Amino acid sequence: MTDARGWTPITTVGNVPLREGRAVTIGDKEIAIFHLEDRYLTIENKCPHKGGPLCDGIISGTTVVCPLHGQRFDLETGMPVLASQPECVATYSTRVQNGIIFVDLGSAHKASEEAAA
Amino acid sequence: MKKQLVVVGNGMSGVACVEQILKQPHDFEITIFGDETHANYNRILLSLVLAGEKSPEDIVINDIEWYQSHNIRARLGVKITGIDRERRVVLDEDRGETEYDKLILATGSSAFIPPIPGVDKANVHVFRTLDDTRALLEKARPGLKTAVIGGGLLGLEAARGLQMRGCEVTVVHLMDTLMERQLDSTGGEYLKRKIESLGIRVMLPQQTAALFGNGRVDGLRFTSGEELEADLVVIAAGIRPNADLARKAGLEVRRGIIVNDYLETSDPHIFAVGECTEHRGQTFGLVAPLFEQGRVLASAIAGNRASVFEGASPAAKLKIMGVDIFSAGSIDESEPGVETVRYEDPSLGTYKKLLLKDNRLHGMILVGDIEDEHLYMDWMRSGTDLTAHRRQILFPPRDADPGREVADMPDTETVCGCNGVRKGDIIQAIHAHGLTTLAGLKQKTRASTSCGSCTGLCEKLLRAVTPDFQEETRTTLCSCVPFSYEQLRDIIRGQKLKSVEEVLNVYGNRKGCEICKPALSYMLDMVWCGDHEEDRSARFINDRVHANIQKDGTFSVIPRMRGGVTTPDELRRIADVADKYKVRMVKVTGSQRIDLLGIKKADLPNVWADLGMPSGQAYTKGVRMVKTCVGTEFCRFGVQDSTSAGIELERRLENLFTPHKFKMGVVGCPRNCAEATVKDLGLVGQEGSWQVVVGGAAGKSVRKADLLITVETTEQALEASDLFFQYYRENANYLERSYDFVERLGIEKIRKETVYAPDVDKKKLLERLARSKALAKDAWLERETPAHPTQFVQIQPMEAQPT
Repeated sequence: MTDARGWTPITTVGNVPLREGRAVTIGDKEIAIFHLEDRYLTIENKCPHKGGPLCDGIISGTTVVCPLHGQRFDLETGMPVLASQPECVATYSTRVQNGIIFVDLGSAHKASEEAAA
Repeated sequence: MKKQLVVVGNGMSGVACVEQILKQPHDFEITIFGDETHANYNRILLSLVLAGEKSPEDIVINDIEWYQSHNIRARLGVKITGIDRERRVVLDEDRGETEYDKLILATGSSAFIPPIPGVDKANVHVFRTLDDTRALLEKARPGLKTAVIGGGLLGLEAARGLQMRGCEVTVVHLMDTLMERQLDSTGGEYLKRKIESLGIRVMLPQQTAALFGNGRVDGLRFTSGEELEADLVVIAAGIRPNADLARKAGLEVRRGIIVNDYLETSDPHIFAVGECTEHRGQTFGLVAPLFEQGRVLASAIAGNRASVFEGASPAAKLKIMGVDIFSAGSIDESEPGVETVRYEDPSLGTYKKLLLKDNRLHGMILVGDIEDEHLYMDWMRSGTDLTAHRRQILFPPRDADPGREVADMPDTETVCGCNGVRKGDIIQAIHAHGLTTLAGLKQKTRASTSCGSCTGLCEKLLRAVTPDFQEETRTTLCSCVPFSYEQLRDIIRGQKLKSVEEVLNVYGNRKGCEICKPALSYMLDMVWCGDHEEDRSARFINDRVHANIQKDGTFSVIPRMRGGVTTPDELRRIADVADKYKVRMVKVTGSQRIDLLGIKKADLPNVWADLGMPSGQAYTKGVRMVKTCVGTEFCRFGVQDSTSAGIELERRLENLFTPHKFKMGVVGCPRNCAEATVKDLGLVGQEGSWQVVVGGAAGKSVRKADLLITVETTEQALEASDLFFQYYRENANYLERSYDFVERLGIEKIRKETVYAPDVDKKKLLERLARSKALAKDAWLERETPAHPTQFVQIQPMEAQPT
């Protein structure tokens, strides 16, 4: 299905402040883009625990902490940090070109599904 | 005539040995020579002095009075240059002679300086003595490029100490892994990761070929050809026994001064103790076996040959807060008959390896989790057969009865390795002095006053021995930045740090987390009275958008309604907002205010504008409300104008932040209709006076507030409120409610430091409050001047056009 993939321009880099996240809704998808020191990472904006908006979480290194109940996810892999949380969130390939953040919406990737396969 | 005992060396081993001699009947007249000018201090704590966690005074073991009170002649700053064994005299550098009947050499060791070209340049230091530490402290400053040569215990501790002073530190180590004498390569790798996560760079393996620079050092050149810039270099490449004096005197010396099991040298009148000795081929660099030597020597010198020193298995612990490393016994896996069991968890940073021989513990490496250190040491020393423990050997079950562990320890077992305090000493001290606190125990025995790693064990002993044990609350903020709140406030103030990033980069792990970031944000705001660098990424979402996040990701909005008094106009606007934004619930709160629930983030600025009311701060750790009754204005029983006083109180303190939420109440008579006596701060009106009460609670626990003071006028009541409020802001731990704070400190102390404080101190508290207040703003004004363009705005994707 690589043909269906495409880099979608989302917003200018200045709109996502350093060490914060911002939510963007595209069609039926809501994603959260995070700005780490030198890069941008994107995950789905919904905590698998109780649906909390991950874009509003505090960043700790490369993880984000859900503002509702403190679930913690790795922004690079989507994996939960504690083994007691079974579910992970989808990650999306993200790149910056000419000051614009692009997300590959077809690249949704869940580490747990990979492990199950 | 009394016999002359001369001790050469005023370090830990020598003086500890003298202390042991003093404990028994003796007929010595004692003279101690020390070439440092300081009284006896605890050398192993120098890294904490370097880090600023302790002052030089804190690490003094025996002050000058101690020498005087024991009739010991202390000759400090005097170097002994020779021994005339024929005439039994020691010679000092001023050609003075001192006779001895018995001589103890406790000359210690020196830093080994590798023969590298350039080590004589300026700003190249060793780290061994208090003077070395002072010299380093004079140089250390934020941003200074610093290289530490040597990745052993001392090198790493020095590196952390200098980093805590703000230096940019790189550790350069000759070997493939850090602390290779105590850890295997896996353990070394775990340690390296921890050290790096603290923000210290590690370069391995790197052999320094030369230090370059014109007079002053500018950097290091490695044999690999690479270079490292450095304006300060610390050499921590190991120690060498100081055995020259003994060698010149013709005593038997190899690496150290040779001693037998009674610590006698080859001359029966001369003993040696400590790091200058070599016993059965072993030299020493860690403190615990040296105390044991001191005990044996003290017996032997008195002619009692019952106790012998049989050597010691090495045990080492790194004294860096947040980096738990323990190693003991043999770590040589290749030894015949040795089998190993191991466990590791890279995420947790935990690594445990036990070496067993004949089913007995032979050695251990513990990284990240050293909880079981004492149990393992006990097993190793006693040679316990581990057959029955093998299934759970890496995670020995915790005893259901916490007293068991300490009950099973033999009285002779060392509890505090730093100060050589044994279990028996502690039990005896607890009984003899009726100790009930750790602080008391520290004072009487010095146990747990050094690296602090035996604190838990000391507490267990206290708990087991005394029924009245009073636990101390430990308040380290979090592992990202492992200091107490008090230390952090001092660090922020002393190092003039203005942002969360600065604190985390210099004193923490450079990452921070959802616990420490908001706490540090609070402290910075408080310490700098609002004049700090605000970093919204370090704030919880509520403090980024000034509303309380709800379970569905929407927000609740509570406007300020001072004293719980509103107007028809406000109520109309509230009703209009509720309609316009389809507010799902309008709720009257317990705080005499109105809550609008279910508002979208993007609507917040417009909701605030339409309300035209200030933020009620219901989402934050800050001033909530002042709840009032109708007081003298309407109530038949009112004796004070509680409504006006409450509104004024709210105006004075609103928009300020506190360690936890801060609720207030003002009532016009003791009937207490607005529940002032269960608020963080309450004013209770009486005929002709106000009671100011603090530390009340009506939440998970209910607590009646304590009376701070009774005053005549409303203005006095408001001033007392200001004093307590600012005192709480400055001294409570983050997330500590006023009721815990008041209980922790005690109302007497709080009175003494607020309302009964000297005028000058009161004035300072009020000044800092006024400065904070001057910079405090209604957060909802960010509807007009947002902190960031997308603070509230929902980002809309650009037109989708796949590239």
